Amino acid sequence: MITLNVNGKAMKVEADPDTPILWVLRDSLAMTGTKFGCGMALCGACTVHLDGQPIRSCSTPVSQAAGKKITTIEAMSANHVGKAVQAAWIKNDVPQCGYCQSGQIMSAVALLAANKNPSDQDIDSAMAGNVCRCGTYNQIRAAIKDAAATLSA
Amino acid sequence: MTAAFKSSRRDFLKASGLVIGFTLPVGARLAYAAETQFKPNAYLRIGSDNVVTVVCGLSEMGQGVHTAIPMLVAEELDANWSRVRVVQAPVDEAFANPIFHTQATGGSTSVRGHWEPMRKAGAAAREMLVAAAAATWKVDASQCRTEKGVVHGPGGKQLSYGELATRASKQPVPKEPKLKDAKEFKILGQGLRRLDTPQKVNGSGKYGMDVRLPGMLTAVMARPPVPGGKAVSVDDSKAKAIKGVRQVIQIPQGVAVLADGYWPAKKGVEALEIKWDDGPNAALSSDGITKMLTEATQQEGKVGRNEGNVGSVSAAKTIEAVYEAPYLAHACMEPMNCTAWVKPDGVEIWAGTQSQGPNQGILSHVASVDPKQVKVNTMLLGGGFGRRFAPDFTIAATLLSKIAGKPVKLVYSREDDMRGYFYRPASVTRFAAGLDADGKPVSFTARVATPSIMEASGFMKLPPNGVDEFGVEGVEDVPYDFPNLRVEYSRQEPGVQVWFWRSVGHSQNIFFSESFVDELAHAAGKDPFEFRRSLLSKQPRYKGVLELAAEKAGWGKPLPQGVHRGIAVAQSFGSYVAEVAEVSIQPDGRPKVHRVVAAVDCGQTVNPQIIARQIESAIVYGLTAALYGKITFKDGKVEQSNFHDYQMLRINEMPKVEVHIVKSTEAPGGIGEPGLPALAPAVAGAIFAATGKRVRKLPFEPGQLKT
Repeated sequence: MITLNVNGKAMKVEADPDTPILWVLRDSLAMTGTKFGCGMALCGACTVHLDGQPIRSCSTPVSQAAGKKITTIEAMSANHVGKAVQAAWIKNDVPQCGYCQSGQIMSAVALLAANKNPSDQDIDSAMAGNVCRCGTYNQIRAAIKDAAATLSA
Repeated sequence: MTAAFKSSRRDFLKASGLVIGFTLPVGARLAYAAETQFKPNAYLRIGSDNVVTVVCGLSEMGQGVHTAIPMLVAEELDANWSRVRVVQAPVDEAFANPIFHTQATGGSTSVRGHWEPMRKAGAAAREMLVAAAAATWKVDASQCRTEKGVVHGPGGKQLSYGELATRASKQPVPKEPKLKDAKEFKILGQGLRRLDTPQKVNGSGKYGMDVRLPGMLTAVMARPPVPGGKAVSVDDSKAKAIKGVRQVIQIPQGVAVLADGYWPAKKGVEALEIKWDDGPNAALSSDGITKMLTEATQQEGKVGRNEGNVGSVSAAKTIEAVYEAPYLAHACMEPMNCTAWVKPDGVEIWAGTQSQGPNQGILSHVASVDPKQVKVNTMLLGGGFGRRFAPDFTIAATLLSKIAGKPVKLVYSREDDMRGYFYRPASVTRFAAGLDADGKPVSFTARVATPSIMEASGFMKLPPNGVDEFGVEGVEDVPYDFPNLRVEYSRQEPGVQVWFWRSVGHSQNIFFSESFVDELAHAAGKDPFEFRRSLLSKQPRYKGVLELAAEKAGWGKPLPQGVHRGIAVAQSFGSYVAEVAEVSIQPDGRPKVHRVVAAVDCGQTVNPQIIARQIESAIVYGLTAALYGKITFKDGKVEQSNFHDYQMLRINEMPKVEVHIVKSTEAPGGIGEPGLPALAPAVAGAIFAATGKRVRKLPFEPGQLKT
């Protein structure tokens, strides 16, 4: 039995220590907002925060989460930056199929939490790990800038 | 896929070796909430709370159909858009796609097929609401008008649709409701926000991957590493020793490990010891496939189109070229998956599928039940692009559930998905053309060699002339004034399952034909835009988008140092798109696309914002393929496996995109696919302008473009 802190709540799960955080969230805790895309930290669909830092949960064993805080897309509406990012995503009508967007939003929130006024280059470096097969990149960029404007207003 | 689908729908359905007698269920009815509701037809219901719910039979895979279909209904209903909701329909005959005659989403058919039926559904409901209000007020219906969910009568009387719901239900359903003139549209033509966005920004939207059922096992499957291979012996003792692994099941598709979740199932697959018989494709190689296709273009093929006499022409100049494109995987962000539950009284599946109707027939055979006993729950699709039209994942999941006696969620790993075939076929086309002394084309010949998607589909057959329509589309319908023209097709089958891939044959054929036309322009000493324009006198819609794209891109005007332009035009799925690409070549030879300007004529529009986004999306899909896309074979095995060796375009490589929509009164065209075909030839034209090197093979090879 492993005890985890997920979105501020202590949760007990039965899982081998080598199980990626992604599958603990999805299969053990029924939190399916975090998506499986590649299993190799190549696409970013599984991005969550570990103590505020964006990580690829598909390739991070749950053992590494011991004593740390996991934050997922499900908690973003209760997060100051997360709320602004979600509102900007809606305003810009960013998603198409939407499957990558949980991960995109988690990366964007981590970027804006650390950098209130990201340049195009900052956005490129923070977001290049997140693939969107529908090609919503220009809308993602616009939404990040909108969220940044809201947060600094 | 339209015409062929229609003509062969009666001999549905041969898929995965199963011959299917295909019938649709009749009379299945939707379960509605208990509150008072007006249900004039299968497609909408109006609650006493004034909420209009549109029931959409089409699959939402990012293309915006869950917004476009409600807009069609809401327009004629005069609904209050802020009270319009959408729900996914069950599988039911009522939701058959009018173009396919079965419930399915693909071929950019959704708006084309539903433009009239969905508007009629809304108009019929509106007439019934008006009749109910008129009866209440004892006035003539002609004295009433509707606006934003309210019927207005003489003397300022008004009743909301919700208030009228019960009374409207008692009105007769009009057979031929009157539709609005396009000039009266208030909702159609507006760039309204998508209805499905909120659930896609907070993680609550449910995709096939997110389905969970009580007692469900998760399956991951080891697959034959060579197409057509079989497992000859399986030692599953180590797999079964893994905590959480419950069962190992061998089916024709592979060896599945069923476990309490994905992780133990995946570990179980890795622990399987399987001896494979690779079968007849053990020596399959990309070099061999290229050789096979190229040699086929040296022989005469089946004639698809023949005008004038290409043999009788004497030309001042002859130009010849051979073009090639590889197999491509769709690489949807959500790997293929399906949850199936075979129960004594039928089958239920939960999947992101593009083909509910066909699946009903196919799965009834897999589970030996009546098609009416197959229930398909359509989830959100994490990308489709044609891949989710295929039934491989639904068939395998159903088989596994049948054998396991439990609900089974079959999940493809990314590697399974990428190596799971159903690829855009590889293709080689040999062109020859003659120019007269003034540089005017006098002849055009194309020989296409590629596998047949029609035959691979399981629901179509090659037509009597032996020419696969998907093999030649984009070459056969070349729009230019070529007085003598001949297009031939040679079916070649290297042994890999091929399938529909966003824009299908146009995806490679427009690259071939438009690049070759660029070569002709160069040989004629003419500007690529002006050359095309001079040959489109009989094609006003092609010419219209070509001129608009050139104008908006500033064709001919100076560009920053090192940046060059290319242009291409295409028609597919009833829509016309021209694109101008601005490209520079980086020191390592990689092309960088700075900006793409697109002009689209898709007839009358539903939602211009969704149109622009779909064009942009298709540009990204096409650019990804042009820069990186190739599935290759060595010793029978696919060489690529995940996003490190099958790369995707990322945000740092994203060009600026501008989309200009032609105002039109023509019938609506498709929009999910038509933005793709012109991209690669536009970029290749710019590469030629930059380097003088003609790219005749996809993807681009940076090593050859270094200057």
